Amino acid sequence: MKIGAPREIFEGENRVALTPDSAVQLQKLGHVCVLEAGAGAKAGFSDAAYRTAGVEIVTTAAELYAAADVVVKVRGPEPSEVAMLRQGQTLISFFWPAQNPELLEAAKERGATVVAMDMVPRISRAQKMDALSSMANIAGYRAVIEAGNNFGRFFTGQVTAAGKVPPAKVLIVGAGVAGLAAIGTSTSLGAITLAFDVRPEVAEQIESMGAEFVYLDFSEAQTDGAATGGYAAPSSPEFREAQLKKFRELAPDIDIVITTALIPGRPAPKLWTEDMVQMMKPGSVIVDLAAERGGNCDLTVPDEKIVTENGVTIVGYTDFPSRMAAQASTLYANNIRHMMSDLTPKKDGVVDHNMEDDVIRGATVTKDGAITYPPPPPKVQAIAAQKPKEKAKELTPEEKRAQEAAAFRKQTRDQVLMLAIGGGLILLAGLFAPASFMAHFIVFVLSVYVGVQVIWNVSHSLHTPLMAVTNAISSIIILGALMQIGSGNWLVVILAAASVFMAGINIFGGFMVTRRMLAMFQKS
Amino acid sequence: MEYGFTTAAYVVAAVLFIQSLGGLSGQESAKRAVWYGIVGMALAVAATLVGPGAGNWLISVVMVAAGGAIGWVVAKRVQMTEMPQLVAAMHSLVGLAAVFIGYNTHIELARVAGMDEAARAALHGFAAVVAHKTPVEVSILRVETFLGVFIGAVTFTGSVIAFGKLAGRVDGKAKKLPGGHMLNAGAAVLSLALLLVYLQSGSTLALIVMTLAAFFIGYHLIMGIGGADMPVVVSMLNSYSGWAAAAIGFSLSNDLLIVVGALVGSSGAILSYIMCKAMNRSFVSVILGGFGGTTGPAMEVTGEQIAIDAEGVAAALNDADSVIIIPGYGMAVAQAQQSVSELTRKLRAKGKNVRFAIHPVAGRLPGHMNVLLAEAKVPYDIVLEMDEINEDFPETDVAIVIGSNDIVNPAAQEDPNSPIAGMPVLECWKAKQVFVSKRGQGTGYSGIENPLFYKENTRMFYGDAKKSIDALLPMIE
Repeated sequence: MKIGAPREIFEGENRVALTPDSAVQLQKLGHVCVLEAGAGAKAGFSDAAYRTAGVEIVTTAAELYAAADVVVKVRGPEPSEVAMLRQGQTLISFFWPAQNPELLEAAKERGATVVAMDMVPRISRAQKMDALSSMANIAGYRAVIEAGNNFGRFFTGQVTAAGKVPPAKVLIVGAGVAGLAAIGTSTSLGAITLAFDVRPEVAEQIESMGAEFVYLDFSEAQTDGAATGGYAAPSSPEFREAQLKKFRELAPDIDIVITTALIPGRPAPKLWTEDMVQMMKPGSVIVDLAAERGGNCDLTVPDEKIVTENGVTIVGYTDFPSRMAAQASTLYANNIRHMMSDLTPKKDGVVDHNMEDDVIRGATVTKDGAITYPPPPPKVQAIAAQKPKEKAKELTPEEKRAQEAAAFRKQTRDQVLMLAIGGGLILLAGLFAPASFMAHFIVFVLSVYVGVQVIWNVSHSLHTPLMAVTNAISSIIILGALMQIGSGNWLVVILAAASVFMAGINIFGGFMVTRRMLAMFQKS
Repeated sequence: MEYGFTTAAYVVAAVLFIQSLGGLSGQESAKRAVWYGIVGMALAVAATLVGPGAGNWLISVVMVAAGGAIGWVVAKRVQMTEMPQLVAAMHSLVGLAAVFIGYNTHIELARVAGMDEAARAALHGFAAVVAHKTPVEVSILRVETFLGVFIGAVTFTGSVIAFGKLAGRVDGKAKKLPGGHMLNAGAAVLSLALLLVYLQSGSTLALIVMTLAAFFIGYHLIMGIGGADMPVVVSMLNSYSGWAAAAIGFSLSNDLLIVVGALVGSSGAILSYIMCKAMNRSFVSVILGGFGGTTGPAMEVTGEQIAIDAEGVAAALNDADSVIIIPGYGMAVAQAQQSVSELTRKLRAKGKNVRFAIHPVAGRLPGHMNVLLAEAKVPYDIVLEMDEINEDFPETDVAIVIGSNDIVNPAAQEDPNSPIAGMPVLECWKAKQVFVSKRGQGTGYSGIENPLFYKENTRMFYGDAKKSIDALLPMIE
């Protein structure tokens, strides 16, 4: 089949859906590639480079649409472009079917099949074609760079001969792909990075990227991200209040705010209010990655960079990926290429549009003159629902108290019983045994008690040294032999001497071995 | 010298001994703790030498010096892997010493009993102490002596057998003479009867027969315990030697002996108990020997053991981010700890997360693996206990089992009929890949089949542990 990439006609769009590299890969699948002249120029790919990769170059969009069986694009089609689609032709691009019902209708009227890259389900198998993620990654990175560009100071703290520079404090709101990419970039530039997300389960991811998770003092049954395919869900008004309160606390200290909070199919939530902007220091920067959907910040002007009265720069660009066109095109073209390879399973250049396939079914929004949006829920869950944490049944305070009291009573009963039996036995012995024996017996019982108490605390790894030490100490029996060795009887002297000898071996050997063992324990 | 001084010195020594045991709660304080023990012992010996009852300095000092020299040399020379045998051998010495001292008491008792008042008054030393006893005290003394000899004798033969098993000179399998526990019980009953005889008559013959019976009990008891239970046995014998010392302390009216004997006895008992709990075994059944009977046929193990060569293991290690090494007795036998340490160093230098998982009963001594790894200079903060690390296996790329078997046996969890069912094990099979370094296809010490070796993510890396690891080293880059 012939795969064609037209020039993007949207104002300021620099990306292209086909790169020389991806063209080579597509040709390996048995396809032929065609490109509108100059389509890759803004992303840094010359027509010559494409020609070298075996791509046919046509001069006008009309020619391309006529020639190609599959049209690959970045931005969703303009009405003029939809008009050029024909029966049986396939369009692969971002489409946003929920927001563009007219466009969808128009595409259906033309009888074209549309594969929306933004509708690729978020399942593991489809990650290689998840263009949203690859673009978000770029946006997150670029947001930090853009912030740095508008921020008059270093990110990293330094102590120099010319004075001390404090590190920048960066707050990232929303830890999706873009947010995590921003966290990574920001921490690697050396800034102190804080991050917030409404989904508590991402705290671990945030911390793994080296940022500090901002915890709220708020407990509510949080919906698991798994239920919404890994995206955030709208939060309750109470939660929002707690969140804004925390942000107000943080605002005066923060130098750079990067907001990435989006809820699928809704306007961006307002998280950084006007008063927070006013609390920020002059020279601070806000980069609003949600500007296209209205912005997370009250003052964001989409597509523009503004400076507020108190000197805070608010960047509302909506084209971060396009600003890194070379990188974005490479990744997007790869996503397209992976989509094509799923569409041509036999690698014979024939597209097999398998509507049974979860990924293809999910991404296809029109096919054969019918609208196939929204798709049925995928058969494979996007993210395995987190197993409910095995929490001990939450006990009411009364139950807990009752339980503790019962445990305490049982313990008391056991202890009293043991003491009574033990005490009784000792008293019994005391009735018959002479006082001299009982004096020693007290010492014996107390020693056993002390021994038990002490040994419970010995750390596990030291059990061998413990045994060596107790072994060495048990040669205290030498005292007995020493006491007897002075007695008159020759047999006693010989036996006692032998005992002293053996105990002597034990004393020196035991302590020596213990010391050798302990000398080896070292910290890394 | 006055009696008061000796007692004072004993009090100080007792406190030092307690400090010494208590100090073992941490690696750093343990180094100090040994010195407390050494000083305490020196103080105790010195105080006894100058105290009442002692005599014959020359022989004492010569014997201590000679024994000390031998002990020093042996302890210096011994390999760390031979530590269990050494400890067992030393226990046997304490046991034998207890027997001798008990006999001495008996001889003195007999000698003093035959004297008249005048001769008694002229006695000095230990004999004088004995001479001043009332008839009731003499009976008690007999009981104490008898007990001391009995425990000492059991400790002696038991330790000798344990030494033989650990050193590989006696077959490690659990063995019993026909009659089994009844023989032990018979010997014990005989000893009890002899105690009554001895109490009445003070007969030397009764004492000797009892000693022989006790020797037999020690021998037969330990013969009946399998190699896998050796850590418990060694600490149990340790406990016995303490009780023997305490019994002797009673018979000699020496408080320090009683204190230290009780300390050692109780610490050994607690240690055995802790280990039995770690193995989910009943203390009694370990002591009486062998595993408890199973209730049905063991689960069939299906599949085959798939072998792998060093290249394969090295490739997996190079790709892995997190590695957990599970050492066992096999590592000790092959003296592979230095190689393992080198492997760890190399992997850590590449930024991989390498940790060690130590099962409470790995090896033949409690804490055996820790000692070996410490010898090989593996930092102790990456050496973790079972409870600390068991949850981490699912996130681990590679688990390497080096010469351990029963402690990584999934049958303990999966097969209720397995002899080791319910014993906590290291769940290494949950790691993405498991390599088992093992000499051959044999079973572990408990003699049961290990389904781990047949799991899909398990590869068998046959060969001597040291040679296998050494073969890996140049391939880790």
